[in-house]
Amino acid sequence: MEKKQTVPLYKKILNPIICVLLGLAFSAIFIIISGFDPLTVFAKMISYSFLNSMGLYGSINGALPLMFCGLSVALAFRMKLNNIGAEGQFAIGAVLGGWFALYGPSLPAPFGLIVMFLLCALGGGLWAAIAAALKAYWKINETIVTLMFNYIALLFLDYLCYGPWMAPKQTTAITPLIPDSMYLPGLGGTSSALILAVVIALLLQFYLQRTTGGYQISVIRDSSQSATYAGISVKRFIFIVFILSGALAGLAGFVKVTGILHRVQAQLPGGAGYTGIVVAYLSQFNPLVVILVAILFGGLQNSCAAVQIMGVPSQIATMIQGTIMIFVIAGEFLNHYKISFYREDGMEVPEQ
Amino acid sequence: MEKPALIEMKGITKRFERVQANDHINLRIYPGEIHALLGENGSGKSTLMNILLGIYKPNSGEILYKGEKISAMTPKIAADMGIGMVHQHFTLIPTLSVAENIFLSMNNTGFFLNKKMIEDQIKDYSCKFALPVDPGAKVWQLSVGEQQRVEIIKLLCRNSEILVLDEPTAVLTPQEAAELFKTLRKMSDQGKSIIFISHKMNEVMEHADRITVLKNGKIEDEMMAADATIARLTKAVVGERDLEGITRKPQKNGDQPLLEINRLRVMNDKGLIALHDISLQLHAGEIFAIAGVAGSGQRELAEALAGLRKVISGNLVMDGANISKTSVKARISMGISFIPEDRLKMGLIPEMNMNQNAVLKEFKKPVYSTAGILRNKSIQALANRYVEEYDIKHGGFHLPVGLMSGGNQQKLLIAREIADNPKLIIASYPVRGLDIGATEAIHRILLEQRDQGACVLLISEELDEIFAMSDRMAVLCDGRLMGIRHTAETDYDEIGRLMSGTSV
Repeated sequence: MEKKQTVPLYKKILNPIICVLLGLAFSAIFIIISGFDPLTVFAKMISYSFLNSMGLYGSINGALPLMFCGLSVALAFRMKLNNIGAEGQFAIGAVLGGWFALYGPSLPAPFGLIVMFLLCALGGGLWAAIAAALKAYWKINETIVTLMFNYIALLFLDYLCYGPWMAPKQTTAITPLIPDSMYLPGLGGTSSALILAVVIALLLQFYLQRTTGGYQISVIRDSSQSATYAGISVKRFIFIVFILSGALAGLAGFVKVTGILHRVQAQLPGGAGYTGIVVAYLSQFNPLVVILVAILFGGLQNSCAAVQIMGVPSQIATMIQGTIMIFVIAGEFLNHYKISFYREDGMEVPEQ
Repeated sequence: MEKPALIEMKGITKRFERVQANDHINLRIYPGEIHALLGENGSGKSTLMNILLGIYKPNSGEILYKGEKISAMTPKIAADMGIGMVHQHFTLIPTLSVAENIFLSMNNTGFFLNKKMIEDQIKDYSCKFALPVDPGAKVWQLSVGEQQRVEIIKLLCRNSEILVLDEPTAVLTPQEAAELFKTLRKMSDQGKSIIFISHKMNEVMEHADRITVLKNGKIEDEMMAADATIARLTKAVVGERDLEGITRKPQKNGDQPLLEINRLRVMNDKGLIALHDISLQLHAGEIFAIAGVAGSGQRELAEALAGLRKVISGNLVMDGANISKTSVKARISMGISFIPEDRLKMGLIPEMNMNQNAVLKEFKKPVYSTAGILRNKSIQALANRYVEEYDIKHGGFHLPVGLMSGGNQQKLLIAREIADNPKLIIASYPVRGLDIGATEAIHRILLEQRDQGACVLLISEELDEIFAMSDRMAVLCDGRLMGIRHTAETDYDEIGRLMSGTSV
């Protein structure tokens, strides 16, 4: 096994696509075992999620939180910060924003939304700042910290939704609806949050590619020793990147509450923070690609309903997600290494 | 000499992506000889030895052992045939004792650890080949020279008949090197074959029986050591390239010191004291060298001056201001620039391209960014300027600099470090791993900086380099300052003794 030095662009693009197809082929085995024809199942999934307007809107709505979580994770991973905590930052963003929407003073239409937007970002950002401080000052592993903080955040959210915030005369853990003035305007069958996501992805792309901040993030990712040597404060950027990353995840809460559910509920993130990691990986941490991949995953989740109608267990759709993830990560590894074969006499087999 | 060869390598060819590392090399090793492989870095010496050891597979060619063809060389077969190597970076476990380390590498040990037997064996070899080492000592307590002896004994305990040593003298004082060569001669007298890799012509001429010179992956010349002359070796190693040699102008005397180092104490990465209250005064317009064997505190000194390592006690005064506690950024703007020893770990970012590396310390200047947005055109112009002024050869501005040769990487790094007319240049092993052409270019640049009034702090293990370049030098041993000398008033012998810790 030898390490490759450069990876051509076409391989970077082609590789994940091939891996997704391989992942689908692999899941086909299980679909056959459970007694269905994989081609029909895949066809049904695709037609349900993407080929009609209602399904497509559903897929995009499902994708919106994934976009923000994907952007959140992609940004952190651009500096090799393993932010596994998008799930928790999502929840805390929704808690802070939701508190304002439900109990805050009512402001005229756009201002209420703007304040809530800022509060959601602030909530996610501050939650992530704790992990940043632990990492910057005491070198505590951010992977474990962010993961553990997810549990705290989710349980706190659940406490609010089962307790003080629970809507009267309800048996499920949901809050009352937020005021109409706090609804994000619709966009066809989906929400204008889609535009917000695309704009933020563009801004993020610009920040990473063209600014001194993005440049310093790349330097720190590739060599934090060289960064320190050049007088770049690595600590400062741990804070900047973690807070921005957390803010993006917090905005997933903003979008889900104001654009889709119009209320807060227990288990609000529903795993989007974790799926966001897969989305970010599949997009190779490119913000614009995150948007597209998130829609693919939104569709995949949406298609659960389709396969259930056919009688296929909905777990199959979840399983396909997992399979694709494993294939993509394995494929990423092969992108950077090649396996060399040697003949019996020890000579290297020339590449054909 | 028509003795049958012990090992014969025939037509060995090895390619790495675009680089032809070995090109149809034929090499014979006879029993009981000391064979030197001479060549610049990147000439293919290490690749050839890694093929002999079975670590790399050649693209074509064969290896014969006592006339018999080895079909596929592997590290296991090489070890069974008695081929062993002392790598440049030792492969010892620091927390274990000498005996335990040696035990680990032995093949036919039973289930039980027979400490007595191993220690006896070690003592036996110690006496026989003049390799003094205490079998019970922990490896981390040993000096580099002692660790190298442990590596050699390790090979002897495995009954190695052919010992390959990769640049064995790079980490030794001149006196230790002389001892090493005595040991190697004793081993060859007992019939063992020694191959040592080197780029120092003097040591090769003095201590080898036969010399093979590699250049660009090919054999350029081979000779008996008796037939070797410096002129012939130079021609083989360097080719017909024009070497201008170093010319030094007389030093302009600065009277006020530029940098005063007062009783400086610094810790190493393990939290032990790396520098014991060092005091030095550096002047503008001089090259001040730090001599010493590897790991004597040179890295810690350089990093403390650059602001990368905390000053525990003592202080640094530059132009009259105490800078002991200032940040890296502040020191860069004060005119301290730093050429670190491992350029790909610190200094350059191998994954990034030429432009991104060129602007590493200056990206915040208004020329290169406005309102936080990078100005790619002026950054490109900066990279163009470096490439032209310093004759940097590269495959394209947008390829990672990790793909460039070491010499060109170093030129880029130095170009960036001296671009802003620094007052103090800390140069740690600035020519390590570079070929003679690049070495000359870099030495000339440093001398130019000195003539323009900068102070160059040159850290090096090569006494040749120190004597050719410096105006004054200080010797470090084990984190202590052994003495300061004017280059004109000292010699190799005195400095060598100071390096080994003997007070003069």
